[in-house]
Formats: sequence, structure tokens, C-alpha cells
Amino acid sequence: MIWAMIAGMCLVTFLPRVIPLILGRDLVLPGWIRRWLSFFPYAALGSLIFPGILSIIDGKPWIGLAAGACAALLALKARNAIFPVLVAIAVAVALQLLTGA
Amino acid sequence: MGVWAKSDIFRGIRAGIPVAVGYVPMAMAFGVLSTHTGLSFLQAGAMSFFVYAGASQFASLGLLAGGASALAIVLATLVLNFRHFLMSVSLAHRLPLPRGKGSGGLGMALGLGFGITDETFVVASLDGGLTPSFFLGLALTAYLAWFSGTLIGAGFSSLIPPVISRGMGIALYAMFIAILLPGVKKSWANGVVAAAGALIAWGASLLLPGLPSGWRIVIAILVASALGAVVGPADKTEVSASREGAS
Repeated sequence: MIWAMIAGMCLVTFLPRVIPLILGRDLVLPGWIRRWLSFFPYAALGSLIFPGILSIIDGKPWIGLAAGACAALLALKARNAIFPVLVAIAVAVALQLLTGA
Repeated sequence: MGVWAKSDIFRGIRAGIPVAVGYVPMAMAFGVLSTHTGLSFLQAGAMSFFVYAGASQFASLGLLAGGASALAIVLATLVLNFRHFLMSVSLAHRLPLPRGKGSGGLGMALGLGFGITDETFVVASLDGGLTPSFFLGLALTAYLAWFSGTLIGAGFSSLIPPVISRGMGIALYAMFIAILLPGVKKSWANGVVAAAGALIAWGASLLLPGLPSGWRIVIAILVASALGAVVGPADKTEVSASREGAS
């Protein structure tokens, strides 16, 4: 099951990455498809962040929210994802310890 | 070296170092989480070696934990990775590869295409002197960081206390948030689409608790993106706007 999943994921990750490069300049997509596709990352990010962030720590959804809020504040200033990620981990660990994990 | 230029490769490696610094802790978090989700050391390593797509790898763990089938996970991965298709389209126009039999262009497309991630795409797109050699150095640096970070995380996960590994679960979400916000600052439509995606996914989880989370995300992406295409500003440039997608 896991190996089949890895093989399938490998295939569906590899093909979208390489096919346009192989086609080179010959590839032209209709404008409305490009426009629709262009929003995929943001829609994916939204649905991945929420509601999943509530279930980081069982029974304590607010820890995920608090750590996520810290990451968001830092992300407004930081130039990359590293600093927000490290601080969010620290906040999530600290809040667990403070509330007796 | 043939078509490869050593100085450009080194320039690419230097440009890839910040990406690598970001990848190692993230990949370690993936390694730790994957062993907690029930993957073996070998499976965790194989995932980063063969799949090499951060967001999809994290998502697959969440879906596995939620009891999703392999097929649902593969389909969710396909949808998640569709943005790489757009990035590849963009690079195909900016990265001239040799064409025709015996030129080596096909091998270059296969190798360099595998190295496309959100981060390498961004760095490559923002670099003024993008060449195949530059992208090779950049992509290799990022790839090795991701793979070795995964092995470290999966190999030493038992040494990491549960309170820390549970806390590391936030890494994925923090990364998604950090990737999302610059895009939202750039265009309100991106924020509307992300909020719609979250609401649709949340609504689906409440209304259809039996629906696997992979399908939930697929539906949220298709519908929320259509909303963005309808209400978004007309001047939105497609490929460059997708640059902040997850790794």
C-alpha cells in the first residue's frame, strides 16, 4: 500500500514537472485554463491550512491556531519560510509544556 | 562538460544555499512525522528521493493518518502538483534546452524538470542569468538538502521527545502560511481564493464527515480556483502569480 502510493505519487509529481519542459516553446494553453490553474496554489494552501491546523495537538485546537498566528505575523516580515516555521514549532512545544502535555 | 558551464553551476549552488537551509528542518520534520505515521526509514527516504514534493509528502501523511486510500492520495498529489505544471510551462519559455535527437535536450528536460519546486522555481525565475547549468546547481543543492534532512529526521525520530515531534507538526502549516501571505499581499484575489478553499474544506468536513480528506481538498481547489478566476482582477499574470505555492 505505502509502496504503491509512493510509486503513484512519484509518477504524478514527475509528469507535470517535465512535460512542459519537453514540449518547450510549443506548449500553449487557452487563457481561461491558465487563469483557473493560476489560483490552484492558493486554493490548495487555504484548504490545507484549515481545518487541519486545528488537529495538530489532540484536544487542543487553539495551540495550532496560536502557533499559526505567530507564523503569520512573522511571515508578514520575513523574506522566507524558515524563521516563521522555527518559531511556530517553538510556540507549539512551549504551549504544550505550559498546559501540561 | 559539454552543454554544462561550471561557473554557472557554482552560481546555482550558491543561489541554492538559502533554499537548502530552509529545506533541512522541514525535511527533518517530514522524516519524524513519517515514522510516527507508520512509514519505515526506507519508505520515508524513498518518498523524498523519488517523489520530492514537500507539500504533497506532508499532505500524504495527513491523508494516510486519516485512513485515505493510496488512489485518493495519488489523486490529491496530482492536484497539488498541478502548480508545478504551470511553473514548468513558465520555465520552458525561459530555459532554452537543446532540441532534436542527440542534443541531450530530452535528458536535460527530465533531470531539470524533476528539480522544479516552488522554491527553486522562485529563485530561478528571479535570477537574471537563468541557464540550464544554473538551474542544475540550484536544483541539486535543494534536492540533496531535502533528501538528507529526511534521512536525519526519520533516522533519529526515536531520540526526539514526543512533545517536540508533535510540535513539529505545526511546521507544515507554518510553511504553508509563510508561503501564502506574500501572495495575498500581492493580490487580494489570492486571499479570497485561499479563504474560500479553507471554508469549502471546512464545510465539507462538517457536512460530509465520511468524505476522505483528499477529495475534500480536491473539491476545494477546483471550486475556489474557479471562484478566483471569475471574481479576480483581469490583469492577473498567471504563472508568475503561482510562484509562492508550497514546496
